Amino acid sequence: MTPELIAAHGLTAEEYRILREILGREPTLTELGIFSVMWSEHCSYKSSRIYLKELPTQGSNILQGPGENAGVVDIGEGLVAVFKIESHNHPSFIEPYQGAATGVGGILRDIFTMGARPLALMDSLRFGPLEEPRNRYLLSGVVAGIGGYGNCIGVPTVGGETYFADCYSHNPLVNVFNLGIARRDRIFTARAAGVGNPVIYVGSKTGRDGIHGATMASESFHEGSEERRPTVQVGDPFTEKLLLEACLEIMKTDALVGIQDMGAAGLTCSTVEMAARGEVGIEIDVARVPQREEGMSSYEIMLSESQERMLLVAKEGREEEVLSLFSRWDLDAVVIGRVTEEPKLTVRDRGRVVAQIPVAALTEDAPLYRRPVSRPGWLDELGHLDLQEIPDLRDGNESLLRIVASPNIASKAWIYEQYDYLVRLNSLVLPGADAAVIRVPGTSKALAMSLDGNGRFCYLNPRQGAMLAVAEGARNVVCAGAKPLAISNCLNFGNPENPEIMWQFAEAVRGMGDACRLLGTPVTGGNVSFYNETEGNGIYPTVVIAMVGLLDDQTRVLTPWFQNDGDEIFLLGPFREELGGSEYLNLFHHLVAGQVPSIDLEMEKKVQGVCLQTHQAGWLLSAHDCAEGGLAVALAECCIGGPGEPRGARIHLEGGQRLDGVLYGETPSRLVLTTPPQRSPEIEALARHQGVPCLRLGTVGGTSLQIRVQGRKGAINLPVAEIRRAWQNGIHQYFEEQSIRDGLRGRIHG
Amino acid sequence: MKFGIVVFPGSNCDHDAYRAIREGLGEEARFLWHKDQSLGDVDCLILPGGFSYGDYLRAGAIARFSPIMGAVTEFARRGGLVLGICNGFQILLEAGLLPGAMLRNRALKFVCRFVSLRVENRNTPFTHLCRPGQILKLPVKHGEGNYFADPDTLRLLQERDLVVLRYCTPSGEITVDANPNGALKNIAGVCNEAGNVFGLMPHPENASAEILGSVDGLFIFRSIVSSLKKRSDGYQVA
Repeated sequence: MTPELIAAHGLTAEEYRILREILGREPTLTELGIFSVMWSEHCSYKSSRIYLKELPTQGSNILQGPGENAGVVDIGEGLVAVFKIESHNHPSFIEPYQGAATGVGGILRDIFTMGARPLALMDSLRFGPLEEPRNRYLLSGVVAGIGGYGNCIGVPTVGGETYFADCYSHNPLVNVFNLGIARRDRIFTARAAGVGNPVIYVGSKTGRDGIHGATMASESFHEGSEERRPTVQVGDPFTEKLLLEACLEIMKTDALVGIQDMGAAGLTCSTVEMAARGEVGIEIDVARVPQREEGMSSYEIMLSESQERMLLVAKEGREEEVLSLFSRWDLDAVVIGRVTEEPKLTVRDRGRVVAQIPVAALTEDAPLYRRPVSRPGWLDELGHLDLQEIPDLRDGNESLLRIVASPNIASKAWIYEQYDYLVRLNSLVLPGADAAVIRVPGTSKALAMSLDGNGRFCYLNPRQGAMLAVAEGARNVVCAGAKPLAISNCLNFGNPENPEIMWQFAEAVRGMGDACRLLGTPVTGGNVSFYNETEGNGIYPTVVIAMVGLLDDQTRVLTPWFQNDGDEIFLLGPFREELGGSEYLNLFHHLVAGQVPSIDLEMEKKVQGVCLQTHQAGWLLSAHDCAEGGLAVALAECCIGGPGEPRGARIHLEGGQRLDGVLYGETPSRLVLTTPPQRSPEIEALARHQGVPCLRLGTVGGTSLQIRVQGRKGAINLPVAEIRRAWQNGIHQYFEEQSIRDGLRGRIHG
Repeated sequence: MKFGIVVFPGSNCDHDAYRAIREGLGEEARFLWHKDQSLGDVDCLILPGGFSYGDYLRAGAIARFSPIMGAVTEFARRGGLVLGICNGFQILLEAGLLPGAMLRNRALKFVCRFVSLRVENRNTPFTHLCRPGQILKLPVKHGEGNYFADPDTLRLLQERDLVVLRYCTPSGEITVDANPNGALKNIAGVCNEAGNVFGLMPHPENASAEILGSVDGLFIFRSIVSSLKKRSDGYQVA
């Protein structure tokens, strides 16, 4: 093995030395490939494991925490919710359509591997500014890819979030979430067991696509990354649909012992992980693997990341039953090996051993790093923000129209209308609300889910930023009337070998853990994506939280939209003016600076509690979280965001230090609620009793939004139709050329 | 009444149609596998939405060759009621059971949204319970719903009153803005000359329960049940 070959496999000299020590000899090329992917950051979590261990993962309803393909939470009536979020950032930058599509395919397999029927997809996306044609190309491609896969396979994409900032121009983020439902007594795990049991390969044939995808995802980008395009796989949602139905069908029998999808590092990772979890060995012969191309070597077969493939361990003697079921679905299914007693991975090629590695060497004994951490000095400078130097707002109207049109706040309809968000007849709250809600088939329950992450906040203060993301996720499902249950997470960071990045990571994990502990929402799993940087320019550290909540009564779902003229509007939670890290400062003053809004998790919990209690009592008509854009944007969204005609509102606010701070400060733990007037005293009394501030803001009615601030000029008074137009155009305007062509074609056709 | 729902590989609204018939309509439904050669004793056939065979080629172009399509064609020839929803409509076009063809949406993008539809022809077994000029609120979700017909076919459609649904504004006007996909003359659904085969791009099964935001899809399913009942009483609708 030459140093060049070792380096090309992403292994350090020291790692190679350990590898040799474990084997007691030089590795074969196939073995080198296997070590390379299993010890990659993507598969081994070698930089992050020591921190992730500290996260809270236990809870009375948590049936499966981190370590399996997805987390499992008990939702009662003999059913469980199975969910996970994963990144597909690197492939999506190289080839946006297929990168995003195969991200969807991968997360779906993670869910149905566990025996669950996938019922809801969501996506958290980050791109550079839309002024850049390349960013428009990436957004278009990613959205088309997500839709192309999800729409075809028939799993609705019910929600998500999309943000834009310079730092994502060369490192877009594509985090994909899926949730499924399974019977509690029919959960499948990725565990091999029973010496002599057959190991069965099912699904698409193996090709040369995606070789070393996991290694690619474990390094930074540089010029010429497009040459990496062959490491991105091509998705085939049609085959996955067949695979999904066939797997769910075989799971109704008791023929299976364990099942695992082939994702990153394909056949290597699936065999190794199944053997490791079962503390057994697996022996396979690659010559039996169905192949798409001729002359593939054992190295290529073991490392291929061809999509839509699964690995099954069945009970001995049940082979025929399994194979014939898959053949009815026109899918390849072949016995490629057996479970063995000695915990080793043995790979043969037409009988000849080409790799034999102790399973533990690839899993628990893989390298583990406590990388150096160092707090970046530049944080002090960033944290300093002198508002005296920033002129206050003069024109409320102009500012509101501008901020609702910012792509970070504007309507995301251009994106979600390309997704089938309705298939399977479960969607109760459609995209655009705080949380998506689906009913649980066969029960009276519903599940609410939300993806949240504010990269700016994490950049300015990773620990607080992560806390804020967890808090916002919980608040969002509460706004739908659901009780927060648990989270999954995607941690997107730069190069972990840089101590400052590693410090951000350590801080963020700590903040996330603290918030989850306090809010009672354990971590059921997640994914770490490092090396999100190009030529040394990293992304904002971006913590994305997937929060899942439960409603016992699916007929009592809350939405953010104002309902009736005359309803009273309240602000539940603190009334402060915190502009640090806000969309307002970014948009109007090109500043990403200041102290991120402070969060008191005890207060957060109380605010959410009051919202759920008042909803339980039947007093609430709507609830909306105040997030990006602060109170003014939240109020505007309540007026214009719903599916019906927009509604106006008259609001009167107490004066503060600054107009912009009152309108656009992003203080957390705040909800805009509405109630019928006769319930107002009850809500106020309950909030007072719980020690939660509750301000009466005004009433719903009319065709304009009026916001007056005591003692301040420049109030807002705008027709809601005009606000809605600006908001709807925010993203759409960047794709105008397309609309013009549409118009012309429409005329020819009409 | 028994509804038979044809499951092609890649169908994905088969389950939704099943649920709408059972839960929304309260009638019997069963799945028919695409490899089956016979339909059994069903009263109405539904070709559901989805992406049959992945629709990697033109939508519906492969499914029309499925083994079951022979029986479907025979069922239609003998006057059986056939409802094609979205991909089912595309398959009926490819199979020549309905006139016209489908192009990609004019924006070259998939589109999913609730739209308004004006009932243009109430004199069909699928729409006869609708009020004159009734406007239905149903969702569309497709990438190839841009209905096209050559001038002769278009004339035929108009002369014989074969256009059943058109995209309109919430107040019922036929405008370019109300058209989600560029379909010729805002056509969203057509029937054959005998009136027993109906294809539409919108999804009535997605508007079959109050909790889903609309029950307008039930007008179509209830019309089918009512006309089947009248038939069995010896009265022919349409």
